[in-house]
Amino acid sequence: MPRRTDISSVLVIGSGPIVIGQACEFDYSGTQACRALRAEGIRVSLVNSNPATIMTDPEFADATYIEPITPEYVEQVIAAERPDALLATLGGQTALNTALALHDRGVLDKYGVELIGADVDAIRAGEDRERFKEIVASIGAESARSRTCYTVDECVQTAAELDYPVVVRPSFTMGGLGGGIATDEVALRRMAAAGLYANHDKAGIVPSVLVEESVLGWKEFELELMRDRHDNVVVVCSIENLDPMGIHTGDSITVAPVMTLTDREYQHMRDVGIAVLRAVGVDTGGCNIQFAVNPADGRMIVIEMNPRVSRSSALASKATGFPIAKIAALLALGYTLDEIANDITGSTPAAFEPTLDYVVVKAPRFAFEKFPGADAELTTTMKSVGEAMAVGRSFPEALGKALRSLERTPAGLRLAGDLPGKDALLAEAALRRDGRILVAFDALRAGATVEELHDATGIDPWFLDQLALVLEVARTTTLEPASLRRAKRAGLSDAQIADATGRSEKAVRDARHQQGVRPVYKTVDTCAAEFEALTPYHYSTYDEETEVAPSSAPKVLILGSGPNRIGQGIEFDYACVHASFALHDAGFETVMVNCNPETVSTDYDTSDRLYFEPLTVEDVLEVVHAEQQSGDVVGVVVQLGGQTPLRIAQALADEGVPIVGTPPSAINLAEDRGAFGRVLDEAGLPSPKHGTATSFDEAKAIADEIGYPVLVRPSYVLGGRGMEIVYGDEMLRDYIGRATAISPEHPVLVDRFLDDAIEIDVDALFDGTDLYLGGVMEHIEEAGIHSGDSACALPPITLGRRDIERIRESMRAIATGVGVRGLLNVQYALAGDVLYVLEANPRASRTVPFVSKATAVPLAKAAARVMLGASIADLRAEGLLPARGDGADLPWSSHIAVKEAVLPFTRFRTVDGAHVDTVLGPEMKSTGEVMGIDASFGTAFAKSQAAAYGDLPTKGRAFVSVANRDKRALVFPVKRLADLGFEVLATEGTADVLRRNGVPCTQVRKFSDGPGNVVEQILAGEVDLIVNTPFGTAGTRLDGYEIRTAAVTMGVPCITTVQAAAACVQGIEAMIRGEAGVRSLQDWHRRLRSQSEAG
Amino acid sequence: MSMTEALLVLEDGRTFRGEAFGAVGESVGEAVFCTAMTGYQETLTDPSYHGQVVAMTAPQIGNTGWNGEDDESRRIWVSGYVVRDPSPRPSSWRATGSLTAALEDQGVVGISGVDTRALTRHLRSRGAMRVAVSSTESDPQALLARVRDAPGMEGADLWRAVTTPAPYVVPAAGARRFTVAALDLGIKAMTPRRMAERGIEVHVLPATASADDLLATGADGVFLSNGPGDPATAREPAAACRGALEAGLPVFGICFGHQILGRVLGLGTHKLKFGHRGVNQPVQDLATGKVEVTAHNHGFAVTAPDGELQGEFGRVAVSHVNLNDGVVEGLVARDVPAFSVQYHPEAAAGPHDAAYLFDRFVTLMTERRPAVA
Ligand SMILES: Nc1ncnc2c1ncn2[C@@H]1O[C@H](COP(=O)(O)OP(=O)(O)O)[C@@H](O)[C@H]1O
Ligand SMILES: Nc1ncnc2c1ncn2[C@@H]1O[C@H](COP(=O)(O)OP(=O)(O)O)[C@@H](O)[C@H]1O
Ligand SMILES: [Mg+2]
Ligand SMILES: [Mg+2]
Repeated sequence: MPRRTDISSVLVIGSGPIVIGQACEFDYSGTQACRALRAEGIRVSLVNSNPATIMTDPEFADATYIEPITPEYVEQVIAAERPDALLATLGGQTALNTALALHDRGVLDKYGVELIGADVDAIRAGEDRERFKEIVASIGAESARSRTCYTVDECVQTAAELDYPVVVRPSFTMGGLGGGIATDEVALRRMAAAGLYANHDKAGIVPSVLVEESVLGWKEFELELMRDRHDNVVVVCSIENLDPMGIHTGDSITVAPVMTLTDREYQHMRDVGIAVLRAVGVDTGGCNIQFAVNPADGRMIVIEMNPRVSRSSALASKATGFPIAKIAALLALGYTLDEIANDITGSTPAAFEPTLDYVVVKAPRFAFEKFPGADAELTTTMKSVGEAMAVGRSFPEALGKALRSLERTPAGLRLAGDLPGKDALLAEAALRRDGRILVAFDALRAGATVEELHDATGIDPWFLDQLALVLEVARTTTLEPASLRRAKRAGLSDAQIADATGRSEKAVRDARHQQGVRPVYKTVDTCAAEFEALTPYHYSTYDEETEVAPSSAPKVLILGSGPNRIGQGIEFDYACVHASFALHDAGFETVMVNCNPETVSTDYDTSDRLYFEPLTVEDVLEVVHAEQQSGDVVGVVVQLGGQTPLRIAQALADEGVPIVGTPPSAINLAEDRGAFGRVLDEAGLPSPKHGTATSFDEAKAIADEIGYPVLVRPSYVLGGRGMEIVYGDEMLRDYIGRATAISPEHPVLVDRFLDDAIEIDVDALFDGTDLYLGGVMEHIEEAGIHSGDSACALPPITLGRRDIERIRESMRAIATGVGVRGLLNVQYALAGDVLYVLEANPRASRTVPFVSKATAVPLAKAAARVMLGASIADLRAEGLLPARGDGADLPWSSHIAVKEAVLPFTRFRTVDGAHVDTVLGPEMKSTGEVMGIDASFGTAFAKSQAAAYGDLPTKGRAFVSVANRDKRALVFPVKRLADLGFEVLATEGTADVLRRNGVPCTQVRKFSDGPGNVVEQILAGEVDLIVNTPFGTAGTRLDGYEIRTAAVTMGVPCITTVQAAAACVQGIEAMIRGEAGVRSLQDWHRRLRSQSEAG
Repeated sequence: MSMTEALLVLEDGRTFRGEAFGAVGESVGEAVFCTAMTGYQETLTDPSYHGQVVAMTAPQIGNTGWNGEDDESRRIWVSGYVVRDPSPRPSSWRATGSLTAALEDQGVVGISGVDTRALTRHLRSRGAMRVAVSSTESDPQALLARVRDAPGMEGADLWRAVTTPAPYVVPAAGARRFTVAALDLGIKAMTPRRMAERGIEVHVLPATASADDLLATGADGVFLSNGPGDPATAREPAAACRGALEAGLPVFGICFGHQILGRVLGLGTHKLKFGHRGVNQPVQDLATGKVEVTAHNHGFAVTAPDGELQGEFGRVAVSHVNLNDGVVEGLVARDVPAFSVQYHPEAAAGPHDAAYLFDRFVTLMTERRPAVA
């Protein structure tokens, strides 16, 4: 069946900001879809509010709308674009829910837009858990016993019938949000209430939760299927969860293919999967189905299906080489699987089932350390923020690589160090927590048997026995060639062998290299070598034959950013992908090294070659060696993948690896406090007064000298880890008391905290001579809130020409002093007209994609070229950079882009089930970001809020309660709110100030005042907007906490800084004036270019 | 961990070293690779692998052990088994023993620790060839000489060795609707079971059974099974097939049986470079355009011209093709009630997409004679 001829334009909906449960896998799938559709000559328009994505690069669609993904905005896009069809199955739950809402509102009918990929009935049947269970029963398969409940009491009654524990699952959410395992009635009531609430605001959805029989401890499996409109179905990949039922698949270590099923059981699962897919009626595209199998007798139940491309599909695509999203897009156009070629072989069709001759392991990465107090138990709600995937020729090899890809300490199974007793370890292994596999291995080391460990963890004995084998190998390892080879085949890293043999990692590596024990590189080819593969998608293993082909082009290796984590996410992948494109265009052969399956960088057709490998010194050295054997490596790029490659840059350079761009010694100049201080001194640039301390007394002495408040942090931090603002001696003593790892090598840094300072984030490019200022971003929140968590505006909204010139001079001085070749990011604080330097990062920053999209300049591409020797003048001449001017002298009439951070607070609860506090500080907590773009600041800000949290209210009740120091600053914005018709509620002190300034308001009781307080009002849905800045002292802190967590529970916008409140009021005004239209990025860019030429 | 070393030597001299796995000894056969990720027990006990040294492309084999239910015949047939990583400890609620023990018990020589992907790539580019696996010979040259002395697959009548010595009956599940005489050229246990599920009583007869023997069962249809070796050697089975067609009985052939039917209908057969062995092969039904994912195990294939051919039994056409390489995967006779497929609708191991072919067989028998009961 050839392609449909009645579709010539398609609107694709992306998934919006990165949140837990919905990460950059949807950038990968969306990018693939856009490419595939355009290759078919389709006009593609796209809506996605996330500027850090590759898919929102202007070249990937004909019209790219960086607008909020809400039915209102998407309707405007539809009205502007009039697409023939809407493709919503590649943008996660966000896109699917938006498509349903558009359908229900009649928008699709009104504009004659056909939903392709999955129809509304199929989406509903797959997502509504009750209907889904009926379908499962209708094909003769089983699901867990359950009932859909609409009230909390109904839940309690159902649980009594099913017996505790029960599983609570809301419909229409992803990543298990709002669900959990309830072991008793108290927990059940709490979860049921949250679950019912999760859907309260979705159009056309009656809130309900499913209370379900628990099958904790059963084996968990997933199948990724695809169906075409001719009813051909293939299973692309089977996945087995190492962690049994009860831990969300997103939080589980998972393995592909399925390892512990016989063909009979597997085929039964396949039959049921296909029958479910047909019965649900997913006409074309991908879907994911999960199963649980009782390990005692093989009884199988169907858990759920997702009628769309999912996180698992990205994993499945990377695990097999079968590009699910691309094919889903083509199927939606009407092609059938047999008409689509398998890109990897070039000669065979996509209508087949990939077969693997390797084992893939995915391991989750968590961020509990960012949310003190959050319950770290793993359950049915997904909590991980990223993942790493590894490929090996055996489970232990792949597991070893996956664990070291996580960049945690320890970097894998531990082979040295003292152990608690076996029983203690078994008890610990029984807890469902991050790193359980490491504890399980420790238990084996301490003498536990596979049976004991299986009883404690429920992990299938096969996996545990594989761990036992690794231990057996490790215990007998020596540096003899045969023994070394065996250890490497068991997946042990040089560092682990070093631990096992009591040598240094370097000694092990040298011995290994001397004896020629090196990995070979095999190819992921979808077919287990049955056919020749055209795509060089490689992984290492210790086997005989390598498949790296020789080549004559000069090669550049780009080191990626590894698993997503808070502080290092998709933005860095974006920069790596851009570098790859730019360097390929400039005639280099690009070689990507990365281990994150969610990303575009690990798509096999992004770079000329792809190595799916951990980003450790050992693994990267081997890739470099393999590439040097096959050709000429002219450089390795470490500047674009965030801290991950920077951390190993020096070690690589020491081994003779040609690092391009800013040299490791210069990187060190910027990262080392003392050295950087000297750079600043020489340039005469001020920085906040500071000192280092290794004890409370020393810290106090410094604080006394520079004055409170001070900012304290451990000396070696990333993403503001462990950073706190300290207002007095007691807080300082408390901090030092908690900073356990403090030592002379790891002192605590104490900085003067700049109160009321404007924070400015600057990205620039430096080639040794010329400086190109990419963009100057002014933060909305004051300094003290991590740059990654605060909103910012570009161009800056209050800085004058003189400020910009000062920044330019300062940037040049720092770039020169440090010795930057490529990108430089500096954060400044402007306080009392002094421009303090907070920190400098000689690498791509989180803001590079935002700046690129706001200013229409591909900064990362230019940076990659500079690193390989091009000058800024060359790039201006070539047209990659503008012929004149830069990102800091945008025309006054230019549009304004606002970046807003998205925070994961809804995901984290304390052990008692309360939300964790949402106050922002110097420690970064956000997972993602959105961009609002418009002609005026107010509208751009309003859009950024709508994209991040939902539309700002334009009427209703605003509750205001702020710290004393903020009261004066708030009078004006709150007065505006009142003028705009808001009813203002305020707590006593705030109310006094407001009334004295002529702002009418109603005084409300604080939480600590007892019943009838404002928290109750918030929870009753009577408040539409909250402005609450944190109070410094402990007593009133609790009030703030209760207010803010109530806001999270109810999804009410909650502003925690004065500056944001002011911006918010501007946004509300813009909304009321109805100024929020939509315009494509391509249009904004055209407009900007013509303004620049005119200006 | 003491391990006995083992050698694998291909007829073109390429040598792989590994460790002894299964029985210690030496074995020669045709080197083939199988790309299935599941179902090693079914593969090992599939008579079509008789005379072959099978390399598994999936790297970890033996994970689910060995059980009393999944054997496809009375014994393991492969002449040798090549894997990368055998699992020492099986895990499955159905397991009664381990793969290693099953190989040892049945005297099957294997080798582990081999770079099976390198071996597969070699066979893919050079084609199937003879091979020896030995855990008793340490000199590759000596082993190579013995490999080169061994007979090849072409002209091999291995089907004689694997067939049942005596006839037996597999009763219909539930009421009997039809009787089928199945010629056992290496039949797999799942095949009669798939027919029995459809109300067919299956009389399994030795490979040398004549047309009269087949008809004597009172059969409503004749089934020609899969099996090992060169179809050109299957003269008696071909004669039996011809007799069944002359008697007007519906005939259904799979794999080796498909090749025999093809030859009887006037087509030739040829040896493929390295064959199809796996459970992920896309086959298109030319009548409906639909694609089924199918289990394969064949080194020979039917040679067919484009369009219809006029043969001894009238017109015959290609009904199914392999989308990977265009190999003929199914035939249909237009003037007699006969059809066949090169692949395995009984699966085991493999997907069940092609099970409808058994229904098609039932339809043919129904058309000829409405079912009793
Ligand atoms: N009945 C159950 N008993 C025990 N665990 C369950 C049950 N149902 C689901 N789970 C666990 O919860 C996780 C999330 O459930 P799922 O239905 O897949 O929701 P989501 O839509 O979040 O993926 C599963 O991966 C599984 O581990
Ligand atoms: N001296 C200071 N005064 C006020 N705020 C500061 C000061 N130093 C750092 N900050 C705040 O802390 C945040 C994180 O600090 P930074 O040095 O940039 O660490 P990171 O490496 O985590 O980005 C900054 O974005 C800024 O808001
Ligand atoms: Mg799920
Ligand atoms: Mg910073």
